Amino acid sequence: MTNFWQKLRQLAPEGLKDFPDYGEGPERYSLLRKNLIFIICGVALIPLVLMAAINYYQYQSALKEEIVRPVRRLITSTKHTLELFLTERESTLRLLIRERTFEELSDQARLNHISRSLRHEFPEFVDLGLIDSSGLQRSYAGPYGLEGKNYKDQTWFDEVQLRGVYISDVFLGYRKFPHFVIAIKMDTPEGDFYVLRATIDTEKFNNLISSISLRPSSDMFIINLEGILQTPSRYHGNVLGKSSLPVPPFSQEPVIQKIVDSHGEHLFGYAYLRGPSFILIVTKKPGEVMAGWFALKGHLLLIFLVSTVIIIFVALRTSKLLVDRIRDADQKRETYYIEMEHSAKLASLGRLAAGVAHEINNPMAIINEKAGLLKDLVLFSHEYQDREKLLSLVDSVLGSVKRSRDITHRLLGFAKHMDVKVETIFLNELIEEVLGFLDKEAFHRDIHVSLNFAPDLAPVAHDRGQLQQVFLNIINNAFEAVADGGNISITTRERGKDTDTVEVAISDDGRGIAAEDLKHIFDPFYTRGKKQGTGLGLSISYGIVSKCGGGIRVQSTEGKGTTFTVELPRKCIMA
Amino acid sequence: MAGYSVLLVDDEEEFVSALSERLMLRGIEVETALDGREALARFAEKPADVIILDVMMPGLGGLEILKRIKKSSPHTQVILLTGHGATKEGIEGMRLGAFDYLIKPVDIEELLEKMKEAVKTTGTG
Repeated sequence: MTNFWQKLRQLAPEGLKDFPDYGEGPERYSLLRKNLIFIICGVALIPLVLMAAINYYQYQSALKEEIVRPVRRLITSTKHTLELFLTERESTLRLLIRERTFEELSDQARLNHISRSLRHEFPEFVDLGLIDSSGLQRSYAGPYGLEGKNYKDQTWFDEVQLRGVYISDVFLGYRKFPHFVIAIKMDTPEGDFYVLRATIDTEKFNNLISSISLRPSSDMFIINLEGILQTPSRYHGNVLGKSSLPVPPFSQEPVIQKIVDSHGEHLFGYAYLRGPSFILIVTKKPGEVMAGWFALKGHLLLIFLVSTVIIIFVALRTSKLLVDRIRDADQKRETYYIEMEHSAKLASLGRLAAGVAHEINNPMAIINEKAGLLKDLVLFSHEYQDREKLLSLVDSVLGSVKRSRDITHRLLGFAKHMDVKVETIFLNELIEEVLGFLDKEAFHRDIHVSLNFAPDLAPVAHDRGQLQQVFLNIINNAFEAVADGGNISITTRERGKDTDTVEVAISDDGRGIAAEDLKHIFDPFYTRGKKQGTGLGLSISYGIVSKCGGGIRVQSTEGKGTTFTVELPRKCIMA
Repeated sequence: MAGYSVLLVDDEEEFVSALSERLMLRGIEVETALDGREALARFAEKPADVIILDVMMPGLGGLEILKRIKKSSPHTQVILLTGHGATKEGIEGMRLGAFDYLIKPVDIEELLEKMKEAVKTTGTG
């Protein structure tokens, strides 16, 4: 078993062997996908291929048997019929020669009579003749007028003397129709012999073969040992012509084989007739033979191909879905992780800021009161020289104190919302608050910020700090996008009367965002090639807003400007 | 003369001295204390109409003092001062019965306004 697994492992591609740690790079997803495809395809395709192959061979052998069997049956039965035919004719002649004396048979009138009654029974007997041992035709009943003919020097006469019986090949007679000859030798008690010779029309022979109904693509015929056709064939030559097929070797039993010639693939069957000077041959064209098989093979192939395509499609699709899901999950996890890290950082920063603000506020308060007292003293008495100058100096101190107080208050305000706490927020105020952070930059860079606030915008229930973060991110991005002297407009509105959604649109006439960047704009660490920034702002903002069931839309035309639209449900629906 | 008395409690002596002098210049009767214990003693000795109380102090915290004073003298108005922006303490203070809370540094006019309101509330309530 372990051996088996080791072998299997060797077969597997590199990436599969140890279910590897796919690492951290982006290529891990494509590697994972490749492996998934390999596994799914392997698991599904291997059994399919096996099934298809097994089916293929099983059907092939079954079909072969199915095709061969009828051919064999045909050959065997035809062989028997033909042999029976020949034996019957032979026996008839044998009977005749036994039952009649030489004298009877050599009497022309008697022979005529015998011939007539013979033909009445067996019309294929064309003629009948008696030949004595010297080869002389003693009597003849038939249409050819062969009386007195001497056969002494003919080979068949030698053969019949030798074997007692002779069956000739088919030949064309004087009337130009094919026939063959049967001759039977009869020994006399005196040691002499005589021969009864009959000519048989092969018409009947042909009928025996063609009476067996054959399909047009099949052929059945008889050849002699030289390959000369004894009966007509459909495709392999005319009667007494040379067969286009080679003479098969002798075999006791019928033989079926596949041959390939100029006609293509054939099923070729033959049997030697008892004699053995005739060979029965059957051929079947492949089209007919294999039509069923080809159809089945076609179906098999089609099913196999369709299944394979489906499996591959499913493998590709499933693996893509799966890997995409994993990638999404990874990305989300990463984003959350970053977000968490970020907010933790912000929280500690917030605590630090709060602490610093507090520490500064106390001395500020002292400065405030001392300077205030100074002012009071000047105001309450009228005797001071340079009173005006003193007052303006004190006012300047108090003004500076106020300014630092604003800063620390804002710091504290920003910091105190690090813990998520849902409160009622008026977005218009919140945005103005956020803009306060950017006042200086707007002033220095001459950026015009126009506010189109819906005057009675419904408040939203949300965490103040998080919303500040969202709008600070987006407005800060707008500031970065515009050139000095650029325009930014911020619009707040309710989306429809019935919806519980409030929208804030922040538009700038800055450089815009390229289409391909737009797709990744909410991806963490996507910085659009700018030098500053972590690439986290928008992804965190998006996370904050979408966590509450809201969303951020972006429209941008390169060179014309960008509009970010933040949709906020009035009540944060924590997912 | 404004006609009301104030107890100013803060651990920053400089702050206390300057602010008390400014309030006195405006005709307000001011008592000062630099920690919680002193504040309670002063208040027991001579109850003021309004107490201005720093929340963050060593020893007895502002909220603790607020609790005790509210217990013994519910009608005394307390204005909380905080250098810390955490509204948590502000809200806690309001819950304990403080009149309002202000974040340091405080504008004197704002403080005077708040005190006036506080006294008025005492008068009617």
